[in-house]
Amino acid sequence: MPTMLEVQDVSAYYGNIQALKNVTLHVDQGEIVTLIGSNGAGKSTTLKTISGLLRPRTGSIKLKGEVISDKPAHVVAGLGIAQSPEGRRIFNRMTVMENLELGAYSHGKPDPVDLERVLTLFPRLRERIGQKAGTMSGGEQQMLAIGRALMAKPTVLLLDEPSLGLSPILIDAIFNIIKEINAQGTTVLLVEQNALKALDVANRGYVIQTGNIVLTGTAKELLGNDMVRKAYLGEE
Amino acid sequence: MNVTVTLFLQYLIIGLATGSLIALIALGYTLVYGIIELINFAHGEVFMMGAFFAATLIALTGITNESGGVAIVGILLVALVGSMIFSAALNFGIDRVGYQRLRNAPRLAALIAAIGFSFILQNIGIYWRGSNPFRPPEIIPAEYRSMNILTEWLGLDTAVRFRLLDLFVIGVTIPLLVGLTWFVYKTRVGTAMRATAQDREAASLMGININWTIGVAFLLGGALAGAAGMVALYYNDNARFQMGFRYGLFAFTAAVLGGIGNLTGAVVGGLLIGLAWSFSDGFVKLFIPAWGPQWTTSLVFGLLILVLVFRPSGLLGEETPDKV
Repeated sequence: MPTMLEVQDVSAYYGNIQALKNVTLHVDQGEIVTLIGSNGAGKSTTLKTISGLLRPRTGSIKLKGEVISDKPAHVVAGLGIAQSPEGRRIFNRMTVMENLELGAYSHGKPDPVDLERVLTLFPRLRERIGQKAGTMSGGEQQMLAIGRALMAKPTVLLLDEPSLGLSPILIDAIFNIIKEINAQGTTVLLVEQNALKALDVANRGYVIQTGNIVLTGTAKELLGNDMVRKAYLGEE
Repeated sequence: MNVTVTLFLQYLIIGLATGSLIALIALGYTLVYGIIELINFAHGEVFMMGAFFAATLIALTGITNESGGVAIVGILLVALVGSMIFSAALNFGIDRVGYQRLRNAPRLAALIAAIGFSFILQNIGIYWRGSNPFRPPEIIPAEYRSMNILTEWLGLDTAVRFRLLDLFVIGVTIPLLVGLTWFVYKTRVGTAMRATAQDREAASLMGININWTIGVAFLLGGALAGAAGMVALYYNDNARFQMGFRYGLFAFTAAVLGGIGNLTGAVVGGLLIGLAWSFSDGFVKLFIPAWGPQWTTSLVFGLLILVLVFRPSGLLGEETPDKV
């Protein structure tokens, strides 16, 4: 499968503090790739850098071979990278429908086919289509954040901690939907603290620690790796 | 009708006309604050520049109050649109040259830059038209200037005066207010503005060009200020380089009173301040002999202090937006 997203030797900083150190990873077409690691390891920073919210100081990021790391966030969004960001960041004071329309902003008008697809994946959003997004439950807001990202017809979907703060039942539901989205043809880069769940749905994974990629392999290999089992799966 | 009622209605009309002018200016404060949380202290001067531009433009055309109806109405419209474009471009330019470079600086930096732009524009005003008040070119024939619509057009027998000028103010203001609301709530760019106001980073993830969208807020605010400037020029029958100071502060108060960042709030606040201004200037004297226009400014800023103490989010302002 051809490479969709290629992150090459990327270093990024917040002021003088280095958050990413020569991060290299790639996502092939049709894959679910997960990036796991603990709090503050650099997972969200990696996604922010890919999306263009943070400019890498060195290295490059390519989408289908085209360099995107020199472009501002709104241009990157238009090129086919959509992100469901950490903390959901939905527009609380707008309706569910307005949020979904904003997801399709790069395309002008929202595509009715995409809208139908999102509302079929998340029937709760259909029920609440005219409701103010901020009045919904955490799980519904997470669905909206993912649905909003899908409205952009992304070639690569970046998901930042979709399971954060959700009940175990909802977590299962969200991961099932991620699999379904992928089965429908969207390439996914999934950032998670819930390593077990993430590796369960992913084809491959990367482990990040203090800004360094320390381990990579297929999901199966990582699930069997001692370090991963101790550090992220809570085994003694 | 007894005298008190007549006077009440009269000050009500004046208050509503003045209030709609203030509302137009207040919207500019609230649009910009809503999107980048900056009090654009140069906004009053953008309004003043709109008035100056209209005066110069009309004088250049050489049209007078004897030029005939079509020419007069035409030049009023051209001057209105011209001032709106001029002030919009000016406000947009200030953002591009100044504030945009300070977007990630501490907020105080942009605030001080705004005060700096305010001084610069006042001095340009002095250079342009001198430091004394001046009257606009006389293009409205005398018989229309003070014509009372209520008696002449509606045939009412009343001492209350609703002048053609009052109608002009309200006739310009209301379509602009409706148009702005439509733009912000119904268009794609308006939706982008609201998204940017709520969460700038998330908006850019949607593909919204943040700097351009903020620029649109400056364009819109400037256009409204330009319209207000042109209208105020004829409504007050004079203009001066300092005119933006009082109107600007009153409009800022109106925006805070209504809830800064809230469009409806700015209009409600503007009307309330206009009414307070008008009633304090004349009506209150009927009941409190010592009261007079000299107290108006104290009253308005007293209101501002009361709002800031008891309801800092303003009459229609939302509580601090909920962040998950």
